[in-house]
Amino acid sequence: MYPTKYHKAASVDDAIAALAGGEDGKFLAGGMTLIATMKQHLAAPDVLVDIRAIDGMKGVTADGDTLVIGAATTHAEVAASDTVLGLCPALACLAAGIGDPMVRQAGTIGGSIANNDPAADYPAALLALGATIVTNAREIAADEFFEGLFTTALEENEIITAVRIPKPAAAGYAKFRQPASLFALVGVFVAQTADGARVAITGAGEDGVFRHDGLEAALSANWSADAVDGVEVSSDGLMTDIHADPAYRANLIKVMAKRAVAG
Amino acid sequence: MTNITLTVNGKSVSRDIPDETLLSEFLREHLRLTGTHVGCDTSQCGACVVHVDGKAAKSCTTLAVALDGAQVTTIEGLANGDLHPMQEAFTEHHGLQCGFCTPGMIMASVDIVNRYKAEGRTLTEKAIRHELEGNICRCTGYHNIVKAVESAAAKM
Ligand SMILES: Cc1cc2nc3c(=O)[nH]c(=O)nc-3n(C[C@H](O)[C@H](O)[C@H](O)COP(=O)(O)OP(=O)(O)OC[C@H]3O[C@@H](n4cnc5c(N)ncnc54)[C@H](O)[C@@H]3O)c2cc1C
Ligand code: FES
Ligand code: FES
Repeated sequence: MYPTKYHKAASVDDAIAALAGGEDGKFLAGGMTLIATMKQHLAAPDVLVDIRAIDGMKGVTADGDTLVIGAATTHAEVAASDTVLGLCPALACLAAGIGDPMVRQAGTIGGSIANNDPAADYPAALLALGATIVTNAREIAADEFFEGLFTTALEENEIITAVRIPKPAAAGYAKFRQPASLFALVGVFVAQTADGARVAITGAGEDGVFRHDGLEAALSANWSADAVDGVEVSSDGLMTDIHADPAYRANLIKVMAKRAVAG
Repeated sequence: MTNITLTVNGKSVSRDIPDETLLSEFLREHLRLTGTHVGCDTSQCGACVVHVDGKAAKSCTTLAVALDGAQVTTIEGLANGDLHPMQEAFTEHHGLQCGFCTPGMIMASVDIVNRYKAEGRTLTEKAIRHELEGNICRCTGYHNIVKAVESAAAKM
């Protein structure tokens, strides 16, 4: 790893000032992505600003029927939270299926969505649930936040502090795991929200996580696994790699959507 | 360089280290605790697992500098006079062949049993296999590792 300078931030202002002190600094959370990237020399931040010890960045609370999850909350903490289990059990189940126990005890929700890996799990959940991403500067709707492969609406020096998730009437997630990486070959999150059914797909899109109009229309009309049968899922714009071609991924989207609705 | 002070296997240690030092490097090269192995160095294999403040962590993906004040336990610190029940069980059930993955397997397995006990959940064979997904073994075929964890869980 190239040399770097580590700073444990005491507050959001301190974190932003520390980042500004470097030329190519980065925020550090669980490090499950960033440290691996640094070891491969794909990133060489001169300053690393650890945001995990900032007051209020960790933990889960309920604001009425809205789930509020601090950005530095680990996957294991989300999986075990009674508040998450009460308001959105599908999200706890998703968190319990990310990577392995060590990844879940270190990796955070903020790090996962800031990274926006095209096969990550949380982006599908937040997009389907119509979540709001809260930063030090503003609130961003999930529909505007996930812009493409490893790309988000975040500015360089913007810190995610929390995500807000309205309680869905029903929700489910099904993921076909790529067994070596543990990431989603295809993952589908379905949610019954105030605006009807929302369906978000990860692991499949060439531009990262995306919503599917056909599945949303079918599930808004009839919330059942059978409703998925009649939907046409095109392979246009789907990823291809040694694990699966676009046609295989298109088929998996339907299979995972049915499983997600069936719960 | 930053000075860090932390507790490793019950003893306080203090060192000046470059900020980019990984916990695995710190343990192996600075403290000469070579029981913690580095297999993949890409966060995939689990050979490097140790406990940080009582929780399993991949030491190859953890910065030592972030652990000022933390408690770290490595495979060298697990036995307390006698072997730990997990170490006994791996011996008894032939849960290892070459032994490369074993320190990480044992540290991850102790964490699994501790978590299931704390949450009052039953640790089934299926759950053990799921929980060990982050630990790769190229020798044993896993069956005897799973048996060892089941047996140790009954004694811990
Ligand atoms: C073996 C393995 C298996 C995995 N399997 C899965 C899986 O199945 N599904 C899945 O979804 N993920 C998986 N992951 C990724 C894991 O979930 C990571 O924890 C996550 O992607 C990054 O979170 P982190 O907290 O570790 O962030 P870091 O690695 O610390 O940071 C990642 C990026 O986010 C930025 N960042 C972090 N926090 C903030 C913040 N609050 N505000 C702004 N920017 C921030 C950092 O600057 C950096 O660019 C896996 C990882 C490994 C190593
Ligand atoms: S050496 Fe750390 S996970 Fe393989
Ligand atoms: S015993 Fe050889 S890798 Fe597991």
